[in-house]
Amino acid sequence: MNIRKQFKDGLITQNPVLVQLLGMCSTLAITTTLFNGIGMGISVTIILICSNVVISLLRKVIPQDIRIAAYIVVIAGFVTMVDLLIQAFLPDLSNSLGVFIPLIVVNCIILGRAEAFASKNSVLASALDGLFQGIGYTVVLIIMCVIRELLGNGTFGGGILNGGLGIRIIPEGYPAMLLILPFGGFLTLGCLIALVQWALKRYEAKSKKTEEVAK
Amino acid sequence: MSFTSILSIALGAILVENFILVKFLGICPFMGVSKKMDTALGMGLAVIFVMGLASIFCWLVNEYLLVPLGLAYMQTVAYILVIAALVQFVEMFLHKTVPTLYEALGIYLPLITTNCAVLGVALLNTQNGYNFIESVVYGITGGIGFTVAIVLFASVRERLEFAEYPEAFEGFPIALVSAGLISLAFMGFSGLRVW
Repeated sequence: MNIRKQFKDGLITQNPVLVQLLGMCSTLAITTTLFNGIGMGISVTIILICSNVVISLLRKVIPQDIRIAAYIVVIAGFVTMVDLLIQAFLPDLSNSLGVFIPLIVVNCIILGRAEAFASKNSVLASALDGLFQGIGYTVVLIIMCVIRELLGNGTFGGGILNGGLGIRIIPEGYPAMLLILPFGGFLTLGCLIALVQWALKRYEAKSKKTEEVAK
Repeated sequence: MSFTSILSIALGAILVENFILVKFLGICPFMGVSKKMDTALGMGLAVIFVMGLASIFCWLVNEYLLVPLGLAYMQTVAYILVIAALVQFVEMFLHKTVPTLYEALGIYLPLITTNCAVLGVALLNTQNGYNFIESVVYGITGGIGFTVAIVLFASVRERLEFAEYPEAFEGFPIALVSAGLISLAFMGFSGLRVW
């Protein structure tokens, strides 16, 4: 078990959104204010850790043929719990995320990690994997939120800072409303993934070069 | 409930509030199986079929099972089970009775269980308080909206192969940006209403 490698995988080299391209729906839909992004990120991380732990515990009990159905039931149970908790304690978040909280059930990140990691590894490693993948997802959500909110609405920290209005950075009338709309979601994520592809390629080329020099 | 309310639900689901381009439901299959026109069409048809059936069964389960028993908070779990069972059942049924249709839709059916448009339509039906007919119409037209978007997108993507763009945008990023442009075009429908 290699914690540092797992951490790096979750955050960059195997980032669930930017590299594995999972969980697109929520990433595009709810990243309009910082509050939404952080709320969604933390909910998914908690569900991911819990479902990874339970599935890892049950990995020898669940029959191979119906494993996907079993995973979905475990995940749906945790999603329902988190959904009810958010409705009870954070009604604002529940209103602004709407149908996307119950839809965490079909978020491919969670099922994907259950199938690819938790069903083959020990409990502790699975819990850490859930944590790091969750952090990787949350970080992407926050980046998307900050970019879209700043350029589309001219504010920072909407929903949390300054009584929910956010701190105004660009004066009113200047921001490009378009980035808050669906188009902005597609565009921002496209550019972000392009940036990561470019950076990873450069990094690979560089490490290849140093290898050659070492030879 | 009247003919106009049904029409406005249908128009909303297909154009104004398109499931993919405006509501962001079902992005994974939208990106995954849109490289070729015919596969996109196959996926679209499978989604229409399953979304219609899911709307029917989830509405029945909610109305006659969950609400009378006071289990409405178990909706998410119940719906996803209904959908998973439904997809499995449809697959077996088609395999036995209509092999040609099965061959056309076969490989897409298992993917649909985790398509968030299907669970999304069931949840939205309940949230909007639609009655049985409205739910079915919303499900089927939502599927048609999905098909329209994915077929349009597939035809754009086929042309992208001959386009020139920066190397870093290779593959997924350029697809996302072009999906964004299609969604921009669909924004032209917002404000469209049926009186």
